[in-house]
Amino acid sequence: MKLLLKNGRIIEPSQKKDFVSDILIVNGIIEKIGSNISEEKIDQTIELNGKIVAPGFIDMHVHLREPGFEYKETIESGCSAAATGGFTAVCCMPNTNPPIDEASVVNWIVERSKHVDGGIIDVYPIAAITKNREGKELSPMMELVDAGAVGFSDDGACVENAEVMRRAMEYSTMIKKPIIQHPEDISLSKGGVMNEGFVSTSLGMQPIPSIAESIIIARDVQLAEYTQAQYHAAHVSSGKSVEIIRTAKKKSKQVTCEVTPHHFTLTDEDVRSFDTNTKMNPPLRNQDDVEALKEGLKDGTIDVIATDHAPHSFDEKQVEFMVAPFGIVGLETAIGLAYTELVKTGYLDIYQLIEKYSVNPRRILHLLPISIIEGEKANLTILDPDFEWVVDIQKFKSKSKNSPFHGHKLFGKAFAIINNGRIHFVD
Amino acid sequence: MNQKSRIIDEKGFERTLARLAHEILERNKGADNIALVGIRTRGEFLTKRLAKIIQEIEHKEMQMGFLDITLYRDDLREKPYQPILKGTEISFDVSGKDIILIDDVLFTGRTVRAALDELVDLGRPDSIQLAVLVDRGHRELPIRADFVGKNIPTSMEEKVKVMMKELDSEDGVYLVKTETGGY
Amino acid sequence: MPLLSRHLLGLEGVPKDDIQLILDTATSFREVLERPIKKVPTLQGKTIVNLFFESSTRTRISFELAERRLSADVVNFSADMSSLKKGETLKDTARNIEAMKIDMVVMRHAASGAAVFLSKVINAIIINAGDGAHEHPTQALLDMYSIREKHGTIQGLKVCIVGDISHSRVALSNIYGLKTMGARIAVCGPKTLIPRFIEQIGIEIFNNIDDAIKWSDILNVLRIQLERQDRAFFPSLMEYRKYFAVTRERLDKADKVITIMHPGPINRDVELSADVADSAHSLILQQVLNGVAIRMAVLYLLGTRS
Repeated sequence: MKLLLKNGRIIEPSQKKDFVSDILIVNGIIEKIGSNISEEKIDQTIELNGKIVAPGFIDMHVHLREPGFEYKETIESGCSAAATGGFTAVCCMPNTNPPIDEASVVNWIVERSKHVDGGIIDVYPIAAITKNREGKELSPMMELVDAGAVGFSDDGACVENAEVMRRAMEYSTMIKKPIIQHPEDISLSKGGVMNEGFVSTSLGMQPIPSIAESIIIARDVQLAEYTQAQYHAAHVSSGKSVEIIRTAKKKSKQVTCEVTPHHFTLTDEDVRSFDTNTKMNPPLRNQDDVEALKEGLKDGTIDVIATDHAPHSFDEKQVEFMVAPFGIVGLETAIGLAYTELVKTGYLDIYQLIEKYSVNPRRILHLLPISIIEGEKANLTILDPDFEWVVDIQKFKSKSKNSPFHGHKLFGKAFAIINNGRIHFVD
Repeated sequence: MNQKSRIIDEKGFERTLARLAHEILERNKGADNIALVGIRTRGEFLTKRLAKIIQEIEHKEMQMGFLDITLYRDDLREKPYQPILKGTEISFDVSGKDIILIDDVLFTGRTVRAALDELVDLGRPDSIQLAVLVDRGHRELPIRADFVGKNIPTSMEEKVKVMMKELDSEDGVYLVKTETGGY
Repeated sequence: MPLLSRHLLGLEGVPKDDIQLILDTATSFREVLERPIKKVPTLQGKTIVNLFFESSTRTRISFELAERRLSADVVNFSADMSSLKKGETLKDTARNIEAMKIDMVVMRHAASGAAVFLSKVINAIIINAGDGAHEHPTQALLDMYSIREKHGTIQGLKVCIVGDISHSRVALSNIYGLKTMGARIAVCGPKTLIPRFIEQIGIEIFNNIDDAIKWSDILNVLRIQLERQDRAFFPSLMEYRKYFAVTRERLDKADKVITIMHPGPINRDVELSADVADSAHSLILQQVLNGVAIRMAVLYLLGTRS
């Protein structure tokens, strides 16, 4: 299988290169990079007209829902959504049923993902920190890593007990995997459905104060410093959290964090519609927080953009706001939102965007860096940055359509992904 | 264009009311047990005028009340929106009284039906008699007036417009031909 | 003058003219309530469902009386949230009931925004009878009616809402409605029972009841719920009474007449002393009477539109 990409703008972050060239890919390996490659017996030639060829994107925070909640999403539908969104890899969170707290579940997921569309999407399981994500006893972390887990998180639940968190961190230093915390002090957030602020007050909604998040992060960065562990804060949403992480990073390279596209795009004002697709955890914050998140992305405090892709069925979301489950799907709008909100507005340049979607998450998860050089495996996301499109949830490949972005006009979309010897075009 | 012709002028209006007052008193052998109840809007002002005439004749304070029959209408849900309630104001007990129900124009009889329903909800009058300034015919219910100022035969394309100084610039009754444009 | 909205979901954003129309219309129904036969045929043939997912006997009885006095056919459906959690969703329940050809739904629900949600999933006209800690528009309307009846106007009056503001649907609706009608508003209570950022609506905050009394023309006292102790919102009823109850003694210090209101049911001698509740300046029973008239007005205005 010979594939020729013509006139791509290759952005190669590991060598800090940005140039227009052709790429010849033979059986999944980059055989040649150069101008005007002419080769015989090409199976497929694709004219890119300057579209960006970047190292494959990874979404390190995805809920694939399988096993256990296949009516929301499956590994197959989730991978299909990832491919459409421009990702060549996803990390799946352990809040499945059974949860990913045993090696057999890790094996099962990895095995299953290999049979989806020829295994074009690499699925990296994140295993639970504690058994059944209960925050009490440690999961068999070494065994889980041997089976293929790339990190640990009880996502959806916070590891609240400080001693359990301390032990988890200490243990993790032996296997060199990040502890990914869902930072939420339940005693402060209990019963809450949206950000505490003027909007929650004027809607009479039970509030979740932003300090419920930042208090846990403040504790965790001290635990991480004390234990010398690698700590990653999932979906940070408040300015205070960014501030704490910024300070912690000055002392340690082992502290990192991520933000979701919806947290830097929407605010709690959007909840006024009572649309349950504006209900997520952590909740949408206010304009100051959005500003702080964008600044955090810009100055590198926030390393990663991850979607927290959380599929829920139509019926589950067609309920009173109070009763609705938290979360929205994100894979298929991730690039468009980031490009529109961050690159178009000048917060990030295209190189930083690629770092946050590809280079940094791979570094945090200790995955091999992707190089776009001859002889390497082709793991590529091809972007059409100026493509203008309107989000239509009905076109989502995800089984669930719970997105607040239906009808939003966005710029930037994946054109195709190439990985594991396969190519997938985004239509 | 609407065509307008005057049926009752200002003088005639005065005379008609005077005659109605006398007929009411004659039928009821005086004003001792009667009370006047006007149907809002123009019935209210007719009632006040009639009360004044009767008081001059009988030297007696008349009991008066006003009905807003909106809540009793049978055509409420056919309207694009409901009329503003002006309220019913009857401060005396209607039971045992001879009620003179007063309206400007008697047409289909539906307004009077609503008024009768409302009156009996307020109590049990000895009798209810109907006085109208104009009877234009086209009844849809078995209702007739006891006292009629003037019978004016009309067609369905016509409208009877009662003008009163309290609301309009003059006293008078007009017959208005409405042009039903379109056919 | 048509009401702008098909439903009455809340008072936030409802224009002054509409509130005025409802209050004026209620005057006509107050007259009906004084008649020997307190019933008019206005809503004959209309079917109204009282959908109460939270028990509230007073509000339901008030609505039911209003509906029956307008000659509507009335169906009551009560279910607590726990039975809903067993499976059937609000949407299913409402759609099932709507399939029986009903015209209006009066709903009480524990979730803020439930009425807005319902208006999106069924076609019937919806009247919010209280959604979570969000709004309870007919309560605020009857409060405003009672204030206007007593003071002749609402404009310029100083109304202080006292008690558990955080968990109250009455407070928000009153704030929105009174503000539109030109009143000045304050809330008073322990800091733990006043939601943060509420001053941004444009109201004053008191944490001292004597200061609040000094400021006010009218005190609208809310019920204190003992359960709130559970999550440390306040230490005890005894302490609450000592520092926040509206008592004769405190009112006497103010050296002016203050109108007292309470949406009921009262915890006598907790948030409000018995002698104050029963005093000549208490509008409490008037509020109950006006409640029926206001609800008749709302039902009439929304229910007779084609």
